[in-house]
Amino acid sequence: MQSQTIDPAKTELNHHHGVEAVGHHEAHPDHRLFGLFVFLIAEGMIFLGLFGAYLAFRSTLPVWPPAGTPELELLLPGVNTVNLIASSFVMHNADTAIKKNDTRGMRTWLAITAAMGAIFLCGQVYEYTHLEFGLTTNLFASAFYVLTGFHGLHVTIGVLAIVAVLWRSRKKGHYSSEKHFGIEAAEIYWHFVDVIWIILFGLLYLL
Amino acid sequence: MTQAQLQETANFPVLVPEPGERHWRDYFSFNTDHKVIGLQYLVTSFIFYCIGGVMADLVRTELRTPEVDFVTPEVYNSLFTLHATIMIFLWILPAGAGFANYLIPLMIGAKDMAFPRLNAVAFWMVPPAGLLLIASLVVGDAPDAGWTSYPPLSLVTGQVGEGIWIISLLLLGTSSILGSINFLVTLLKMRIPGMGFHQMPLFCWAMFSTSALVLLSTPVLAAGLILLSFDLIAGTTFFNPTGGGDPVVYQHMFWFYSHPAVYIMILPFFGAISEVIPVHSRKPIFGYKAIAYSSLAISFLGLIVWAHHMFTSGVPGWLRMFFMITTMIIAVPTGIKIFSWLATMWGGKIQFNSAMLFAMGFVGTFVIGGISGVMLAAVPFDIHVHDTYFVVAHLHYVLFGGSVLGIFAAIYHWFPKMTGRMINEFWGQVHFALTIIGLNMTFLPMHKLGLMGMNRRVAQYDPKFALINEICTYGSYILAVSTIPFIINVIWSWLYGKKAGNNPWRALTLEWMTTSPPAIENFEGIPVLATGPYDYGLEKADEGVPLSDPDPVLSGGPNSVLRAEPDPAVAANPEDR
Repeated sequence: MQSQTIDPAKTELNHHHGVEAVGHHEAHPDHRLFGLFVFLIAEGMIFLGLFGAYLAFRSTLPVWPPAGTPELELLLPGVNTVNLIASSFVMHNADTAIKKNDTRGMRTWLAITAAMGAIFLCGQVYEYTHLEFGLTTNLFASAFYVLTGFHGLHVTIGVLAIVAVLWRSRKKGHYSSEKHFGIEAAEIYWHFVDVIWIILFGLLYLL
Repeated sequence: MTQAQLQETANFPVLVPEPGERHWRDYFSFNTDHKVIGLQYLVTSFIFYCIGGVMADLVRTELRTPEVDFVTPEVYNSLFTLHATIMIFLWILPAGAGFANYLIPLMIGAKDMAFPRLNAVAFWMVPPAGLLLIASLVVGDAPDAGWTSYPPLSLVTGQVGEGIWIISLLLLGTSSILGSINFLVTLLKMRIPGMGFHQMPLFCWAMFSTSALVLLSTPVLAAGLILLSFDLIAGTTFFNPTGGGDPVVYQHMFWFYSHPAVYIMILPFFGAISEVIPVHSRKPIFGYKAIAYSSLAISFLGLIVWAHHMFTSGVPGWLRMFFMITTMIIAVPTGIKIFSWLATMWGGKIQFNSAMLFAMGFVGTFVIGGISGVMLAAVPFDIHVHDTYFVVAHLHYVLFGGSVLGIFAAIYHWFPKMTGRMINEFWGQVHFALTIIGLNMTFLPMHKLGLMGMNRRVAQYDPKFALINEICTYGSYILAVSTIPFIINVIWSWLYGKKAGNNPWRALTLEWMTTSPPAIENFEGIPVLATGPYDYGLEKADEGVPLSDPDPVLSGGPNSVLRAEPDPAVAANPEDR
């Protein structure tokens, strides 16, 4: 930041124009969080497109799921859902901690969140290995794997983002109560992933 | 300036660059300056336009006679598929992104886009996507299911070609989304103090509307392409009726994006025309707020009209009625724009330069496309002409007569700012004359072909259509020739044209208040608004001296323009304009 000297002529000109002019080389404010929100709107629309397709298939076929589709177990996905929802609150604790300049607390909560995300993914894989239908069994089966797989991909990216933040935070002072974009971004993304799963769980398992 | 560059300029004093001038290598690098990226988009998309144009002429040559006597039906199918895909996704859409990248920061007084690196990433997705698409023709397995890639046809034709098409479109869609995120954040967050939404140039309103549309509709296309690729590669049957799937669902997902895509392709150039017409009419834009809000209205309505492309796809009657009504409603905000432009020109001191000629050509031609658009919105009529040449005529009047003429108007208008040189007006007018003749000769007769019942996408047809097809073919050759004076003009003028100065059009939007070409970071300080963007003929604004100045303290400096003192009553209350 360049230091500013009061220039009387400039001040007068500013007043004359009725608009306060900022000095040269002013750093741009940080728009990254706003950019992330805009990006997540687009991500949300991809899921909306997939959900819309699923509902269209469901509403146009006379029998849904197609005859002969094995029943889905609810217990494991239900536990996974509770786990993922809880992890959003844990993630929020990490954000709260860093805003109080508590780096160690932040790292602990982030690690727990990443672990819960990994548990979710393991639960998903376990479920896949025990399902009685494959990707190409029928339309419901295909939709099930594509929807949960696409969401699982997003969970994986979220876990990796959290691990990346953890890795960066090993340097003292990298994050602080003033500088914590990475944590905030990871938190917002994680909440997004959570909300998507709740909708997905409703569509595939409950309806 | 580095020591090496100092040494270089010392050795060649006559080649000291103008501020903002770039080395040609900058345009082949991962550069984060929005002006470099803008020109990268524009030149790249123009190259693809030429390639797509060659494909169009091969199609027209095949159609010159009723027989299949020039290329095989398979090659013909690939040619029309690639022609349409290239013209839409590699010419018009990236050209809009090019102008937006170049102009948005300049018009709002910003140093660059909100996310410069994201900007560069978005651009560099375009060349590989385009090369991939063209490579498919070379390896002999090009996509040939049309630019729509409807299943089950796309599932039974060439597997490799369709896969390439999907990958290309996913790349281009991602590029489009990333660009839109940048435009939205930049427009919402980086306007200079004092520039409220109603002091924003109309091009910025148009890009805001376009970006919102891209953000909401492109991901749904991505979702559809993901499902289609699973059907193609993994053996699922989402869209394959033999496996219980429903191909109509693909059509919904495709058109949920691709009808908004029509507005994504036209709104930027509505914005460009709103910049060109007041400058070269020397009048304030008529109906600023109406034009701005009509862009938003078109965006909103554009999201709820998609199934009018599917009136013959078994869509239930009540749904057809809904989409017919929403489609017809779009004529209202579109009409608002047309009448506002006409009112701006009315009584103005019109300069018949190339930019203005193309802008006026745009308005007239787009109206023709709009009229046939309303006809197609009517279900009974659409059922009659669906998939005939009437539709081909309509879409080419809208996209060529609209978007392409808009692109050329914008190029002629901003060429002096982008290059620092004036473009040759005589050859610009030659380009215009040949374009208008070729355009109308090619596409006007197609309306009659369609009404007579000629289907599109066929290489062989009933001889009764032969005469009109021959006329269309010769028209397309004229269109091809029209590009030549433009190409030569651009290259020659960029190298040797008359120096433009900062503001050769005596325009009032901020991009004209900095150097031509603009220096890095655009302005020496924060620009100060003293007038609205279109205050021609109002008090003090028509003295030929713009009242906005990049830096009032340096108004006598080498990169500034002379200015008169602004009226304190005007400058003190910018929100009241």
